[in-house]
Amino acid sequence: MSVAVETKDTRELFISEHARVEDSLAGSRLGWLLRLRKAAIRSFAERGYPTLDEEDWRQTSVAPIARTAFRAAEATKFHGRAGEELEREAAGGLAACRLVFVNGFYAPELSSVPRLPEGGLRVGSLAALLRAGGEVLEPHLAQLADDGRNPFVALNTAFFADGPYVHVPARTALDFPVHLLYVATESAEPAAAFPRALLVTERETKATFIETFVGPPSASYFTNAVSELLVGENAHIEHVKLQREGDAAFHVATLQARQARNSNFVSHSFSLGGLLVRNDLNVVLDGEGIETTLNGLFRCTGRQHIDNHTLLDHAKPHGSSRELYKGILDGASKGVFNGKIIVRKDAQLTDAQQTNMNLLLSDEAYIDTKPQLEIFADDVKCKHGATIGAIDSDALFYLRSRGIPSDTARRMLITAFANEMIGRVPVEPVRERLLELIPQQLLQGR
Amino acid sequence: MLEIRNLCARVEGKEILKGIDLHVKAGEVHAIMGPNGSGKSTLAHILAGKEGYEVTAGEALYEGKNLLEMDPEDRAREGVFLAFQYPVEIAGVSIAAFLKAAVNAGRKHRGQPELDAMEILSMLEDRCKFVEMNKEFLKRNVNDGFSGGEKKRNEILQMAVLEPRLAILDETDSGLDIDALRIVAGGVNKLRRPDRAMVVVTHYQRLLDYIQPDHVHVLQAGRIVKSGGPELAHELEKSGYRWLELEPKGAQSVSVR
Ligand SMILES: Nc1ncnc2c1ncn2[C@@H]1O[C@H](COP(=O)(O)OP(=O)(O)OP(=O)(O)O)[C@@H](O)[C@H]1O
Ligand SMILES: [Mg+2]
Repeated sequence: MSVAVETKDTRELFISEHARVEDSLAGSRLGWLLRLRKAAIRSFAERGYPTLDEEDWRQTSVAPIARTAFRAAEATKFHGRAGEELEREAAGGLAACRLVFVNGFYAPELSSVPRLPEGGLRVGSLAALLRAGGEVLEPHLAQLADDGRNPFVALNTAFFADGPYVHVPARTALDFPVHLLYVATESAEPAAAFPRALLVTERETKATFIETFVGPPSASYFTNAVSELLVGENAHIEHVKLQREGDAAFHVATLQARQARNSNFVSHSFSLGGLLVRNDLNVVLDGEGIETTLNGLFRCTGRQHIDNHTLLDHAKPHGSSRELYKGILDGASKGVFNGKIIVRKDAQLTDAQQTNMNLLLSDEAYIDTKPQLEIFADDVKCKHGATIGAIDSDALFYLRSRGIPSDTARRMLITAFANEMIGRVPVEPVRERLLELIPQQLLQGR
Repeated sequence: MLEIRNLCARVEGKEILKGIDLHVKAGEVHAIMGPNGSGKSTLAHILAGKEGYEVTAGEALYEGKNLLEMDPEDRAREGVFLAFQYPVEIAGVSIAAFLKAAVNAGRKHRGQPELDAMEILSMLEDRCKFVEMNKEFLKRNVNDGFSGGEKKRNEILQMAVLEPRLAILDETDSGLDIDALRIVAGGVNKLRRPDRAMVVVTHYQRLLDYIQPDHVHVLQAGRIVKSGGPELAHELEKSGYRWLELEPKGAQSVSVR
């Protein structure tokens, strides 16, 4: 029994908070879900917050989260600054199919869902489906992300009340992206939101999902998100994550994906906001002939801490993965890139490539980059590399020698570094927004 | 236009320029020749404002102003242009975006309204003809994956766009085949004007067959050891630099007015 220091953290608070809200969570009377939630809070209670001694958390201390007494955020009407933010997001041309979640709860009045034909694409709120019995959810919900492996996933499983459910039936190609927008609101006490997404794509589908996280500036709040994504056989799925939380926010999120044979999955992760951020992206290549691409860009300034942990689990033969993450670090910020690649014994003829490139804009900024290869098959190709550098002074001089002021020249070079990642996003309004956001945030960081 | 007096400079503690004197008037073309490592690029870089050089003595005046005190971008906006011996590759920045930023920085400096994307583009497309470039070229990233000839043509394209008053061309002919040389030199000749001066650094007489210089200087071990008319380049082509080393010391630091 360990009683001394550990009980001082807010673990106890979350446990009693869970007892308080448990009966009000959607689906609380469904036996299967009740069991999942009980097991999850038990797992969190036993394990507590991860510590720096743990392999997966060595570079990121979650002490600031553990020290804060969060209440489970409540469904609320939406007002204030976040309203303007939302208008701008909506103006981005992503309104064709947009589901908005305020503090993790579906806000139908802010969402725009097109008329969908019977038997085709299905989008909606988990809470509504759970209240209606939740049969379609039972086989998938909380079946991919592992509560035992990550205590924050367990917290989400224990607390989630709502989130998006998307089902793309076999042989359906969507010609618009599905935009999932998570908004945090200001509250008197620090609040924690637990949005949960379940995205299921069947065989031979084509779809793009965008998950955007936004929140109020200077407010201390916690987004603890989990998204589960099933990529069907021969499906072509892209996923864009835009993390733009407020500058005092905590954001800990897991995207857990499983790919079926011959599928192609591309992830684009952009992390720009938040004070303490941890993104886990876990992909299981669970079939032959799978292709996976992980693109990432994180930029931090001031005292921001952004941690990207990715896991590519090659489970079957003939899989190929390409990973490129870029970091731009300014101020006294800290970035972490940890790219784990597992090649299982079965996964012969795997071809994996991982690259992490970092641009350090200040002497105090710090990047911790680490590849982690665990290879159990013998006939595989696995390459990895990482670079850390400042702005190229020759390039800077070249631009200045043509009359371009030094500030503009720096911004052009930083944007150029980011452009490679932005250019890969398949949705034009998102690319345009990113091109605006990256230099804008940099100017703030100057 | 440009007056360099007794310019001495060091790189990483090593003395490279040992008292350069050079006077360039509007409308003139000066050629600077000299063996490898003699300090030609060092001189060009110092004039353009590159960091890493320590000027230990002397001065450089451009239209009466102290050039060495100005930021590189200010020199450029005042009309100084350096065609780089080794143009820098910049992935992720298109030539069009690069030149738009450069042109508008110059216009802003002169109090002119900035040009919009369409206006810039039609101006750039027009200038592409100077160096016989297809306008598709403008979409490519600056020098990224360019052949040697494309890089040099890109330098002259930039010169045609920015319309400097003092252009310093550092070995713009090196590594060019005869066709590329003809194009590059043709571009330069079209840009010759009575109010524009050029300093052309080269190893080869062949460039000077296309671009007739008014004056030729020989830079050796950080000093201008001989100056003369176009015929000096022919002598150098015939006999190399060796015979100059036998010249009496008095032949150093000749300046041409
Ligand atoms: N950054 C530097 N650090 C140390 N030495 C340098 C540096 N830059 C130039 N030099 C030295 O200064 C001298 C002059 O170099 P510079 O590039 O000016 O010669 P150059 O006349 O242009 O030669 P080339 O004909 O080969 O272009 C050379 O000895 C070179 O090695
Ligand atoms: Mg040189």
